[in-house]
Amino acid sequence: MTLPLFFFYVFSVITVASALMVIAARNPVHSVLFLILAFVNSAGLFMLAGAEFLALILIVVYVGAVAVLFLFVTMMLDVDFASLRQGMLQYAPVGVVVGVILLLELLLVAGSFVLPVDSGAAAAVPMDAAIDNTRAIGQLLYTRYVFLFQGAAGVLLVAMIGAIVLTLRHKSNVKRQDVFRQTGRKRSEGTELVKVKSGQGL
Amino acid sequence: MDFVVSALDYLLGIPIFGWGTQVGFIYKGLLLLVALLLFTAYILLADRKIWAAVQQRRGPNVVGPLGLLQSFADLLKFVLKEPVIPASSDKVLFILAPLVTSILALSAYAVIPFDKGWALADINIGILYIFAISSLGVYGIIMGGWASNSKYAFLGALRSAAQMVSYEVSIGLVIITVLLVVGSLNLTDIVVAQQSGGIAHILGVPWLSVLNWYWLPLFPMFVIFYVSALAETNRPPFDLPEGESELVAGYMVEYSSTPYLLFMLGEYIAIILMCCMTTILFLGGWAAPIDLPPFTWIPGVVWFVLKLCLVFFMFAMAKAIVPRYRYDQLMRIGWKVFLPISLVMVVVVAAVLQLTGWGWHGGSV
Repeated sequence: MTLPLFFFYVFSVITVASALMVIAARNPVHSVLFLILAFVNSAGLFMLAGAEFLALILIVVYVGAVAVLFLFVTMMLDVDFASLRQGMLQYAPVGVVVGVILLLELLLVAGSFVLPVDSGAAAAVPMDAAIDNTRAIGQLLYTRYVFLFQGAAGVLLVAMIGAIVLTLRHKSNVKRQDVFRQTGRKRSEGTELVKVKSGQGL
Repeated sequence: MDFVVSALDYLLGIPIFGWGTQVGFIYKGLLLLVALLLFTAYILLADRKIWAAVQQRRGPNVVGPLGLLQSFADLLKFVLKEPVIPASSDKVLFILAPLVTSILALSAYAVIPFDKGWALADINIGILYIFAISSLGVYGIIMGGWASNSKYAFLGALRSAAQMVSYEVSIGLVIITVLLVVGSLNLTDIVVAQQSGGIAHILGVPWLSVLNWYWLPLFPMFVIFYVSALAETNRPPFDLPEGESELVAGYMVEYSSTPYLLFMLGEYIAIILMCCMTTILFLGGWAAPIDLPPFTWIPGVVWFVLKLCLVFFMFAMAKAIVPRYRYDQLMRIGWKVFLPISLVMVVVVAAVLQLTGWGWHGGSV
């Protein structure tokens, strides 16, 4: 057994175990934390496969951003765990059916997937050992797949704008701070020198 | 048994038969850890002393000469006290949270090059590694805040998570502009790129390498990075997660003794990490400011630490001078000011590099 193989088993055992704990944990916050553990360990697997850029992007995007929001929402949920578990048996058959169908589909896909014999020669861009991972991905994404890449970015942008439009509400009676107006104010606009005669007031 | 031998060689430098083929990683890591913790102890003292000096106080001056042993006295005090764990807390997460904070903060130092070839692991994607590790730092805070089962701690954790996620965006974009100029994600390459080209070369004074460093051509990004680093590490004036005046102490209100110490340690080590990043990205890393003999005799690591201390001095002065921001102002600066500016700067820097052919291009011309 070599060192990478040893780490492969370590990472994969932890990934599978924490994936199981995601659905087995009683507390949803613990579930999310196990999900994060699974993410981090699959990043380790990527790292072992030599895809260090993908590994760290997985951590930055999924663990650093997506899972944080996930955790946010889950922590603020006010879930009554006892009542949640009561209905579990009732819904179990549906869950089992969905799970079995998904498993069968995955097996079908995995069974019918055949790697072409000359896959090495037919690869989109020949591998170059002198070019590091990040540069290779960049060269591929911005040349061959540039339209798909930009298209995906466009879809994400539209989704983001859609989410903002759906949730944005302009309230009219809220006092907001306008920093430019505040700092651009002159003394003459804010103060006024008034000569007041004694005994009269303004 | 093959992997045990290679693992022992890698970690200890002792294969089972004969001498090791390399200096073991454990020794290097331990040396780095001890140096870092000692440095943190004095950085903490310096922080308090600078703060005191600005407010015309003496600061800690009782333990040891000039208070030099204050941090060690604090360490003993924290460690010897009883850790109080709230009865209704989630006990595993409560203990795990400070551990996560401090371990993640420490693990980022594996890739920092303190001098040429002094990085523990000189990996190709060093800066991405640091960015990933520092984006994980928020978990310690969220876990701590949630596990305490207290509303002040929870509110502090929520604030902190929102703040760190927001400012990570602009930090990422600032890093991207530097990467565009350098053309490599390796931290050593980033420093070498700042030595081997830049404004001083264009002006015809290549020995004046202080002008070469990226603080000058990328000055707006330097400022944005500095302010975002303050916010990312929850330093004043952006220390709303701790906000003593409204949240008592934010996410660590329920913590005491060693777990609290680990939180504080993680925080200060993350601050020093941000100072390291500023030094590497904008201040030329280990390079001497003037590339002439009396300056180049001084080893690079000394220059690195000096620059680090300079950046930390700016951090400490910001803490002493600037009043705390309101939460909506903090979010406004992050999303409405820094994000657009840094996005535009990415485009501008990329366009300038493309049109003029400047930049380092990963060392290959």
